[in-house]
Amino acid sequence: MPELAAQRPSVALFIPCYVDQLAPEVGLATATVLERLGCEVGFDAGQTCCGQPFVTSGARREAVRLARAHVERFAGADAVVCPSASCVATVRRRYADLIGEARAWRLASRTFELGEFIVSRLGTSDVGACFPHRVALLESCHGLRELELGRASERLDPEPSRIGVTETLLRGVSGLELRPVSRRDECCGFGGAFSFGFPELSARIGRDKLRALSESGAEYVTGTDVSCLLHLEGLRAREGFGPRAIHLAEILASGAGR
Amino acid sequence: MSAGLDRRALAVLPDGERRSAHDAAVFNLREKRDQAGRAEPDFERLREHARALKAHALDHLDLLLERFEENASRAGAVVHWAEDAPALNRIVHQLLESRGARRVVKSKSMLTEECGLNPYLESRGVEVVDTDLGERIVQLASEPPSHIIMPAIHRSREDIGALFHRELDVPPGETDPVRLTEAARRHLRSCFLGADAAITGANFAVAESGTLVVVTNEGNADLGMSLPGLHVACLGLEKLIPGLADLAVLLRLLARSATGQPISVYTSLVNGPRPGAELHIVLVDNGRTRLLADERHRRALGCIRCGACLNTCPVYRRAGGHAYGFAIPGPIGLVLAPALGGTEEQRGLPLASTLCGSCTAVCPVKIDLHEQLISWRASDVPRGLRERLLSRFAAACLSSPALYALAGLALRAAWPVLSRRWPGNPAGPWLASRELPTHPGASFRARWRDRVRGAGP
Repeated sequence: MPELAAQRPSVALFIPCYVDQLAPEVGLATATVLERLGCEVGFDAGQTCCGQPFVTSGARREAVRLARAHVERFAGADAVVCPSASCVATVRRRYADLIGEARAWRLASRTFELGEFIVSRLGTSDVGACFPHRVALLESCHGLRELELGRASERLDPEPSRIGVTETLLRGVSGLELRPVSRRDECCGFGGAFSFGFPELSARIGRDKLRALSESGAEYVTGTDVSCLLHLEGLRAREGFGPRAIHLAEILASGAGR
Repeated sequence: MSAGLDRRALAVLPDGERRSAHDAAVFNLREKRDQAGRAEPDFERLREHARALKAHALDHLDLLLERFEENASRAGAVVHWAEDAPALNRIVHQLLESRGARRVVKSKSMLTEECGLNPYLESRGVEVVDTDLGERIVQLASEPPSHIIMPAIHRSREDIGALFHRELDVPPGETDPVRLTEAARRHLRSCFLGADAAITGANFAVAESGTLVVVTNEGNADLGMSLPGLHVACLGLEKLIPGLADLAVLLRLLARSATGQPISVYTSLVNGPRPGAELHIVLVDNGRTRLLADERHRRALGCIRCGACLNTCPVYRRAGGHAYGFAIPGPIGLVLAPALGGTEEQRGLPLASTLCGSCTAVCPVKIDLHEQLISWRASDVPRGLRERLLSRFAAACLSSPALYALAGLALRAAWPVLSRRWPGNPAGPWLASRELPTHPGASFRARWRDRVRGAGP
């Protein structure tokens, strides 16, 4: 991978199906942030779904079919950037098992979650955003444990605690006050098909999360996965309490930029 | 299917104080594990070492088993082989019956729970007393353990006080843990002294020396092994490790991962019987060699039954162990159920996870638990016709950009109807406790098109 900061990096947007349909503003914010940072942003309207729901529900044949199409679609891209950590984790951590081919590995090494692309590839932690609010971070599990966008609380090696890329970016946002959350990296209970197959357990975990977020005093909860945020937002609408959900891309796109 | 777990959770752990107390008590164990692990600078390296040594042990299990049998026999033990649960139960019963043993003290063994040894013996007139305090509590309450190392963690001290009042003649209203424990201790002491035989599990079996290793906090296994003249130890084949050096690694991880203790209160190494007593060791397969042959899932046999994956699991803490319908609950139970259980519902258990991966991250022998759940889902989870057709239909829509666009429009049109509660609504499970988001209208791709044309933001 060439050093990207020096040139005008070309980025292919990977906008997952459910973001496309249910949270288009997150896709637009992703494009805005990347453009402000000097990237040339393209979107191929032939893309649909990376196959994650089929991987996690055990529909292997369908998952392979969609994974192949996804690899095909993005084969020529220098860098693929996506505002959904779990979809990136699918490409990076599951494709090798689904399609054991070199181009799957190649795509895996070129697919990035938005925040990690900005910090690790573009080499900046200040995107010039301004968001004068109290914010709590929802450390979505796939981003945390499979992409290591933060340091999971289970890890016990004594190395000095590294601040993850998501938190690094939030700390660079002017006016933003990051609030600590108890059991900071416990799952929100969404879990894709789990939220439909085990609705009571999903909601129990989610309500506990909402309570912890609410107790943090935050006005907003942010994260790297739209799906977890939609689940929490749905619970908030039903329960009538808790911080409003806003995706990381939307916070980074707020304000005038650098 | 496994959705029974969701339904049973409501009954097993009703919302409110009981559910929050269970969650808090179990999560407390996870926090203790974190503290103990942080105080041990080698913790992560020990985990890696343990993973490698367990992989090695499983790769050479045939040799280790032979060597163990040879060395244990030389030390004076009698080694038996049980192919499945009925074989184990039969062997143990015959040992007891031929020696006229009617009263048995037993210490904790998840294997005998898995095989249903207690009910088998009880139905044949043997009195079996579980001597681990938590085990005794659930035995008196006529229920199975709800956690693999904390069998009664779902019970409040008020529950236990009432139970002991009924069963052990404790004064009514007693809830003081010390006095309740004393009552149990007095009761159990008389059971120990009157026992004809002891049954125990084992945490490890050391091949190079034929040694059984039994770890407890209450010393109940040790007392059982020391008093009656007959000791029967039941263990799964996967407990074998090569040598004492390997034991040193695993012991440093076991208690820290389980309860946050640097080491358990009692760690007994048993080499052959006491003078004048008998030691019988039953090595049980019950599906384990089948799992060993399954390359993708064999690593689950490395489990040392510390319970750390249960303690960290967001689902387990809110469901309670009894909701699972399998002797071993939590993430390791979900992984073992399709291999060692095998009823239709047990084969569906790998679905009962959010795949958050916390289990994988705490496992002291680094079993890739959540990844195994994903592959079980693809290989063994029974999927109904409706489900199969639905996923085929969805994949077909997603495979063509034109069909995808059409499906998007249909979804948008149906959204107001999907957002209301009505019988048969496919969004029903979601709506049971959440609202659907407001549909944003135009999709990202539509707005991107406008943006490129200069019409949008």
